[in-house]
Amino acid sequence: MTSATQNGTAKLTRKDFASDQDVRWCPGCGDYAILAQMQKMLPELDLPKENIVFVSGIGCSSRFPYYMNTYGIHSIHGRAPTLASGLKLANPDLKVFVITGDGDALSIGGNHLMHVLRRNIDVTVVLFNNRIYGLTKGQFSPTSLTGHVTKSSPLGSIEQPLNPLSVALAAEATFVARSIDVETKHLQETLLAAAQHKGASFVEVLQNCNIFNDGAWHHVTKKENKHNLLFLEAGKALRFGEENEKQLKVEGLGLSVVEGSEKDELIFDPTEPSGALAYALSRMTFPEFPVPVGIFRQVKKPTYEQGMESQVQQAQKKKGQGELLDLYLSSDIWKVGGDGKVPEDREALKKEICG
Amino acid sequence: MTTGTVTEEFKELDSVVVRFSGDSGDGMQLTGTQFTNASAIAGNDISTFPDFPAEIRAPAGTLAGVSGFQVNLSSHEIFTPGDSTDVLVAMNPAALAANLPDLKDDCILIVNEDAFSRANLKKAGFAENPLEDGSLERFRVFSIGLTNLNRLALEDIEGLTQKEIDRTKNFFALGLICWMYDRPAEPTLEWINKKFGKSPQLVEANTRALKAGLHFGETTETFQLRFRIKAAKLKDGIYRKITGNEALAMGLVTAGKLADKPIFYGSYPITPASDILHNLAALRHFGVRTFQAEDEIAAMGATVGAAFGGAFAVTASSGPGVALKSEALNLGLALELPMVLIDVQRGGPSTGLPTKTEQSDLLMALFGRNGEAPLPVLAACSPGDCFNTAIEAFRFAVRASCPVMLLSDGYLGNSSEPWQIPDPSKMEPIKVEHPTQVEGEEFLPYARDPETGGRPWAIPGTKGLEHRVGGLGKAPLTGNVSYRPEHHQQMIQDRQAKIDKLTDIIPDQTVRGPESGDLLVMGWGSTYGAIRAAVSRCQAEGYSVASTQLRYICPLPKNLEELMGRYKKVLIPEMNCGQLAFYLRGKLGVEVESLQQVTGRPFKIETIQEAIRELIGKGA
Ligand code: SF4
Repeated sequence: MTSATQNGTAKLTRKDFASDQDVRWCPGCGDYAILAQMQKMLPELDLPKENIVFVSGIGCSSRFPYYMNTYGIHSIHGRAPTLASGLKLANPDLKVFVITGDGDALSIGGNHLMHVLRRNIDVTVVLFNNRIYGLTKGQFSPTSLTGHVTKSSPLGSIEQPLNPLSVALAAEATFVARSIDVETKHLQETLLAAAQHKGASFVEVLQNCNIFNDGAWHHVTKKENKHNLLFLEAGKALRFGEENEKQLKVEGLGLSVVEGSEKDELIFDPTEPSGALAYALSRMTFPEFPVPVGIFRQVKKPTYEQGMESQVQQAQKKKGQGELLDLYLSSDIWKVGGDGKVPEDREALKKEICG
Repeated sequence: MTTGTVTEEFKELDSVVVRFSGDSGDGMQLTGTQFTNASAIAGNDISTFPDFPAEIRAPAGTLAGVSGFQVNLSSHEIFTPGDSTDVLVAMNPAALAANLPDLKDDCILIVNEDAFSRANLKKAGFAENPLEDGSLERFRVFSIGLTNLNRLALEDIEGLTQKEIDRTKNFFALGLICWMYDRPAEPTLEWINKKFGKSPQLVEANTRALKAGLHFGETTETFQLRFRIKAAKLKDGIYRKITGNEALAMGLVTAGKLADKPIFYGSYPITPASDILHNLAALRHFGVRTFQAEDEIAAMGATVGAAFGGAFAVTASSGPGVALKSEALNLGLALELPMVLIDVQRGGPSTGLPTKTEQSDLLMALFGRNGEAPLPVLAACSPGDCFNTAIEAFRFAVRASCPVMLLSDGYLGNSSEPWQIPDPSKMEPIKVEHPTQVEGEEFLPYARDPETGGRPWAIPGTKGLEHRVGGLGKAPLTGNVSYRPEHHQQMIQDRQAKIDKLTDIIPDQTVRGPESGDLLVMGWGSTYGAIRAAVSRCQAEGYSVASTQLRYICPLPKNLEELMGRYKKVLIPEMNCGQLAFYLRGKLGVEVESLQQVTGRPFKIETIQEAIRELIGKGA
């Protein structure tokens, strides 16, 4: 059944967003769930399909645009944020998503990720974090844990993993969130909030690669482990545990887990400008701490495109729509032929040049 | 030493080459530019060559820190800044030492003797003071205490530091040269007022320095020689001075207007291309969106993204940056979207010579991408020609739906010449069509225009044309991912075919000089001026020689092979180790002679003349 949208057109459904291409991820891959939630979420944006663009890099996750019946670019490794930036500047009316993975965004594309967030370009970056290189068949990635044994680290990775959310927060992203492939409702809501955010939004999705790194997130995805999750909610206390009995407390410069009463509750506010608590939450590692999911940071700041468009408007207000002839004449000029004198009057000068 | 022995009031000269040289902090670029402006306004043909160090402030007084600005002024049409110097203004011993090899025998040498201290002489590598040891006898030397004279002239201006006072001494020198060549002071006075308007002391100081120089020429007995260079007989019209980088910026904006498209310029700062960014960044009122990216890769990626979004997208860089752009450029090629990449070439390899010129990126432009990746390559041949080439690059890009590489170089980018201001209303519009949905018809993003071979430029926001593009192998028509052998073969052929079809709109190559003969001198890019001048001199000497400059390097003009065959020999002078020669041998199977120079400097006319004489002499 179709319902009417604000502008009176028939509301799109999930099916409208599925392309005619066969989806080719491995059976059981977490990417399927993310694709499904994205397709379910998009109608909620109430945007014409033709105004939506998916841009991706390289990796398993980056096949995503092919499966979306929107505009899309499957670009090159790590560079999706750069294409998305140019695209948004060329047409600020578009809703642009960047689909990326832990290798794509944090290794080869680390620089671009940082800058698209820092500039607050209005794009939604969704990072599928499976802590492994899937497409190249199982090498450790920048989010793999130290000691992780892979084909390229047979004795265990000797690297320190990056925390995607800490990176995004440090890069001044104005919207930062985390969700999980199997938490379908939560994922859909998180994607929606990210997509509705004006400015650079960043969502890390914990995703299972059942072929090369199965169970990387079992500590929060298995039914019996759900109590390790901490759902962040604006205005609510930072509570978790089987009976919701545990909570977080500020201790020193960081956080600690306590089983305390309500009066000590630490209330979470993602709009808090400094982002200090969000950052502290992003630093928490399992098993000492729970795994927080939800919106870590959500602040309003002018977007890059707004800045650009307002500069264009201001300049046009001040100088008028640029005229080529004025551009050519914006330097010392002289005349050859005739009396050799450049006409003082603009119209006479124009006549001299244009006849 | 001969000083002040000329007695005429004014001597008429055909042309003169003046070079201002000093420390990079001495303001020589500015001095040269002001003198050039005054001369252009006086109606001379001009050609300039700024030559500055890569270091912003190399240690004062050293050879590494010498910054020079050469200008050729003439009463007839000229094409180069001149082989050697008629007048040198040397602000210190290093400037003198650096320029000695380029000075004509009776060169007028104006030196700031106050800077010829023992320490400075040592830094410049002089064991003895050349002003005293007779080693400059073949020149007309005017040794002047510029620093002290200038201090005296400015001594009663209050609130200026010694440093600020000394910084104006370049205007003293400028005043002196303006007096010698009867150049008006007004343009410089106007400039001073504009530039220092906020600080009355600085206006006063610079004005006084300039006037002191003028008066010094007038009142002292030192100079009894003054020169005049008549106005050149350029085509009637309104003119301005233009550098290659300015011309590129204006050409890009013009291309945008001609297509009714906003310009998106993604770029990362790099010498010698940054001036394009600076010029364009000031043109927001033309709807120009400049994006200073985090790196060269991002600049190219953003350009591809903007092209997908429907903008006239362009990026520019120099060799090291173009190398980094290769990957995203190749994506643009695979996506088959129109865009332009400008390479303002400099000396390589690696970081190479940031401020010196070279043409050594040609093979990278033609072939520097993985896979079979042809794209059109155009080369601008003069500062003014950069304007036309920028427009043409977009015409090609739109027609063949692909990235176009435009080659300039450091010499073109920074040199200037007079440019007749064109009438924008007489320029041919660039026709851009974006498809819209046809009811009941499947949209095929990779369907080809039978005439051009290009594919439709369908932009996001267009209802019903939603489609996906990517860097993977594709099926023809749909553009869907495909690894099928026949699809891959077909797509590669199609992409080549649309480049080849550009020859339908490329004019036949023409020559300057006889239609057949002993020798054809063929160049590309900034060698144009030196080749043209050398060939016309040799023609005057009676040699059977013609010249031609290639603008279209890929694809080549249809008649090129036939044209080359009409001459006994073909000589290709290049500021590289024979890259065009190598390309033409492979492409056309022809034999050519290669004249190579990789000194970081443009060709001298004389060098090419010698090569012509030698070749024809040998062949005859
Ligand atoms: S390799 Fe892993 S991430 Fe890639 S498709 Fe297969 S399961 Fe998914």
